Amino acid sequence: MRFVFKTDYRQDIGLFRHNGDRFWYGLLVLLVAAAPLLLDRFYLGELTYVFVLAVAGIGIMLLTGYTGLVSLGHAAFLGIGAYAHGYFLQQGVPFVLSVPLATLLTTAAGLLVALPALRMTGIYLAIATLLFAVIIEQVFIRWESVTHGFRGFSVGVPQVFGLPLTDPVLFYYICFAVLALAMLAAINLLRSPTGRAFVAIRDSEIAAQSMGVHLARYKATAFAISAGFTGLAGCLFAHKIGYLAPDAFGIILSIQLLLMAVIGGLGSLHGVVFGALFVGALPQVIAVLRDYLPDRIAQQPGLEPGVFGLILVAIILFEPQGIYGRWRKVKLYFQLFPMYKAATFKRQKTYTRSERNK
Amino acid sequence: MTLFRAEDIAVRFGGIKAVDGISFGVERGTVFTIIGPNGAGKTTVFNLISRIYDPSQGRLWFDDRDITGLPAHEIAGLGIARTFQNIELFEHATVLDNLLLGRHAHRGTRLWQDFLFTPAVRRSELAHRRKAEEVIDFLDLAAHRDSHIANLSYGVRKVVELARALCTEPKLLLLDEPSSGLNVEETEDMAFWIEDIKKDLGITVLMVEHDMTLVNQVSDRVLALNYGRILAEGTPAEVQAHPDVVRAYLGGV
Repeated sequence: MRFVFKTDYRQDIGLFRHNGDRFWYGLLVLLVAAAPLLLDRFYLGELTYVFVLAVAGIGIMLLTGYTGLVSLGHAAFLGIGAYAHGYFLQQGVPFVLSVPLATLLTTAAGLLVALPALRMTGIYLAIATLLFAVIIEQVFIRWESVTHGFRGFSVGVPQVFGLPLTDPVLFYYICFAVLALAMLAAINLLRSPTGRAFVAIRDSEIAAQSMGVHLARYKATAFAISAGFTGLAGCLFAHKIGYLAPDAFGIILSIQLLLMAVIGGLGSLHGVVFGALFVGALPQVIAVLRDYLPDRIAQQPGLEPGVFGLILVAIILFEPQGIYGRWRKVKLYFQLFPMYKAATFKRQKTYTRSERNK
Repeated sequence: MTLFRAEDIAVRFGGIKAVDGISFGVERGTVFTIIGPNGAGKTTVFNLISRIYDPSQGRLWFDDRDITGLPAHEIAGLGIARTFQNIELFEHATVLDNLLLGRHAHRGTRLWQDFLFTPAVRRSELAHRRKAEEVIDFLDLAAHRDSHIANLSYGVRKVVELARALCTEPKLLLLDEPSSGLNVEETEDMAFWIEDIKKDLGITVLMVEHDMTLVNQVSDRVLALNYGRILAEGTPAEVQAHPDVVRAYLGGV
């Protein structure tokens, strides 16, 4: 067990808590940076997809995990980002300009949704955002001059650093850089007054208000930022799937994005990465498992969503803190070994229960 | 010198008059207590002052400024902080985060600066931290600084809420039943702190309280309410001796 001896207030606002953190995160970055040497093409592509998901996950985590506003319509923001980026590329806008443009456009879309959505919370907000996603999907279908309707269009392949973006190693590093920068931005936001105001709104609106938090403004900000991150992910997503069609941005994707935050662990940026790994890897795991299952089960068409749902139910029942919560418990178990008490996290659990009964 | 003045304020919820034409003034540097049986409208008065409810009539004056039409989030910036009857802390954050949120009204950085965590943000965060630490020292919360609120006992939470309100550097502090749920010892501590807040920090206190020992110990003026109307106003002794107040608490005598 490590006890950090604090001698300076700066230690509490630093990126790392102690040198151990510096070492392990540094090692992780090195490993991820060396992945193109270690992994074959297929797994590199999967890892790239996980990074893209994680960027979108940051957006959802800020909104749902930190501000407490549930959105079931984030596929729409991902779609707006992807379509905008695809359209700009078509018009000859260079890649480095098109990505920020599409991100800004999605941010504006988020702000626009926030205005009516601010009056709602909880399940009503979830329904409203869901309907927004349905509307946007229709827009993708009908606005043929831009989106080419059902047929869709293929995303252009720009040259970046003299290489085509289809180069898997280049695309991998771009996604990794975007994720790292997005993570840094999110961490900065969360250790500054804006992030604290988000958490305050989540935990008690009335107290936040009395401390001077302008509820409407901060909720709108949270929505816009969340949409912005998701739109940024959308740009990368467009290149990942290569061909944009409305059915790529349906309700299932919205649900998967939200589940990513819930499964990873609400209210933690670590959870975003765990959730993205989970959502990205599950289809592969199921594909591998298919070979070992009896045919009658393996050939069922709904196997994947079924397993997905089952795991989700299990997580909500047994580990409401998500994968990151479980990770912390396992870590503490080894840190305290052999003194770990089964009831170490008990209070949190009973607390959640009493809250649910309210 | 009057710091806060309520002028003939009233609020109706449907047909019920929760507060029915109340006027009172709080002198600078005093402790002013509102007492009254349950449902007398005490907390409603607080919610009117912190602008959570809109009064149906009357005006509120703070520091010679009409605050009747201000939105709730501007009240903290003016110098009015409050605590809540049923603790409204940010449950899933640490004590320190709660106190730092109390500094929100003094935030001086913009969103883009927060995104980049510029040196300006770093400086202002450190300044907020120093202020929060002053309050931690004042209320003896050092042992709980990094605890999550969800893991704290009720008594400590009460103090944390007081600390959060002090972090806003208020001129007027509204305490809604500061002693409810506290044991005798904790209530005594609370009484000392309220006196220190008045004397050392020079903050004017307006509180709602049921515990008459605490009321007698710290109050300069007491206002008794019942059914949204004023029964009596005066020193603690005067109000307690007032026949209407005795009748309200003990029934018809």
